[in-house]
Amino acid sequence: MDLILEYRSQLWAGTVMTIQLAMASLVIAVAFGLLGAWAKLSASHIARRLAHVYTTIVRGIPDLVLIMLVFYGGQVTLNAMGAATGLWGYVEVSQFVAGAGTIGVIFGAYFTETFRGAIMAIPRGQIEAGISCGMPRSLIFRHIIWPQMVRYALPGFTNNWLVQLKTTALVSVIGLQDLVYNAFTAGRSTGQLFTFMAAAFVIYLALTGLSDIALRALDRRYSRGVVRA
Amino acid sequence: MENILSFIPLDITLIAQNFDRFLYGVWVTLNLTFLALLIGGLLAIPMAIARASRHAVLNPIIWGYTYVFRGTPLLVQTYLIYYGLGQFDVIRQSWLWEPVLSSAWWCALIAFTLNTAAYSTELLRGAIVDTSKGEVEAAIATGHSYRSRMRRIVLPSAFRRAIPAYSNEVIFMLHGSVVASTITLQDILGVGRWLNGRYYLAYEGFITAALLYFLIVLCITWAFRWLERRYLRHLARRETPAAARMDPEPTR
Repeated sequence: MDLILEYRSQLWAGTVMTIQLAMASLVIAVAFGLLGAWAKLSASHIARRLAHVYTTIVRGIPDLVLIMLVFYGGQVTLNAMGAATGLWGYVEVSQFVAGAGTIGVIFGAYFTETFRGAIMAIPRGQIEAGISCGMPRSLIFRHIIWPQMVRYALPGFTNNWLVQLKTTALVSVIGLQDLVYNAFTAGRSTGQLFTFMAAAFVIYLALTGLSDIALRALDRRYSRGVVRA
Repeated sequence: MENILSFIPLDITLIAQNFDRFLYGVWVTLNLTFLALLIGGLLAIPMAIARASRHAVLNPIIWGYTYVFRGTPLLVQTYLIYYGLGQFDVIRQSWLWEPVLSSAWWCALIAFTLNTAAYSTELLRGAIVDTSKGEVEAAIATGHSYRSRMRRIVLPSAFRRAIPAYSNEVIFMLHGSVVASTITLQDILGVGRWLNGRYYLAYEGFITAALLYFLIVLCITWAFRWLERRYLRHLARRETPAAARMDPEPTR
């Protein structure tokens, strides 16, 4: 216990990094999810096809494989492109960018399904009513689809977020100094790996537990006025 | 042939030279994943029944276990077992250390098993609880005891209804098995990383690994589609939900 207190700043820095990584990838994932849901529900055959390919590929390849492909491969490609075009010199892909970007794109596929389901749960007549009143599409989205979509999407959103938060632990493998990485190095240098991994374990549990409670409260708020069966 | 290959910016010959390594990686990955699923699944059945029947003592204990294992990353669980347990002299000197707990393979298997057992327990519990009341009442009316209606009515129906969600769990476990490569095991990703480290070629190793994983997921998806067609025919509605299930929806 004293050791954990001694290394608390390192553990704290790792926790902050994990939260930042999770938040950054969440923003990307929601953006990709909205885009994907729009594509899957669009009238365009090509858009639907592309969205299908996107979700199928993501489901088929493990997260860490894609993270490593982007982190190690992206650097090679970017530098080759830079050398060929002369537009930029030597660049390095940071672990944070590779991790947040890849996890964001991966979970975008899961959010695609969540948002698609939520939009489909909105009665079609309401959207048609909006069209017949002459509302522009952006207004229909903001006033009719979005407020209801949030409520329908929240359970799926909560689940995705919890999985995503845990997935960020994998970025420690490519060397990002997140909670796992810092706990591991502290444990290794003190010879007390169990103590520090257990500390990381408890912190993750607290993070997922707190998110769960917070999102449930949000769910109750958005479901006010809805009678549950 | 040479001309065609030169269009692909990958060193195909290098992949071909090391393909036996990749095949061995496939074996390690499949072995670990399916052994963990098998043992974890067997552990999950009694735990799910205890949870569903709200056993006074076991239910809170099992709930605690599944909550803890579902609330933390598999990577941390694996590290805790593989790197963590060596901290204690009692464990280092026990008879289990030499053959089991000092081996990366066994530690990965233990971590994966505990992880998938936690998710499968909750999944199966949901299916048991969702059994329609009429079926249970009919079983009681015809004089079935608790044991016999569990065995003859509830479980067979719950297993079938759990198939779609379980297919997600199987795919997630396969995805999760890449953690093995972080504790020195040469699974599919482990071989990809080895190739990257040795030749400094990122694409060859990781794209080959990605394709192999993709192929396995495809096979799993087909297998579950077949299972669903066979065992869920009685629940099929007008529209076939099989096509929709190809798309990801994490249940973890």
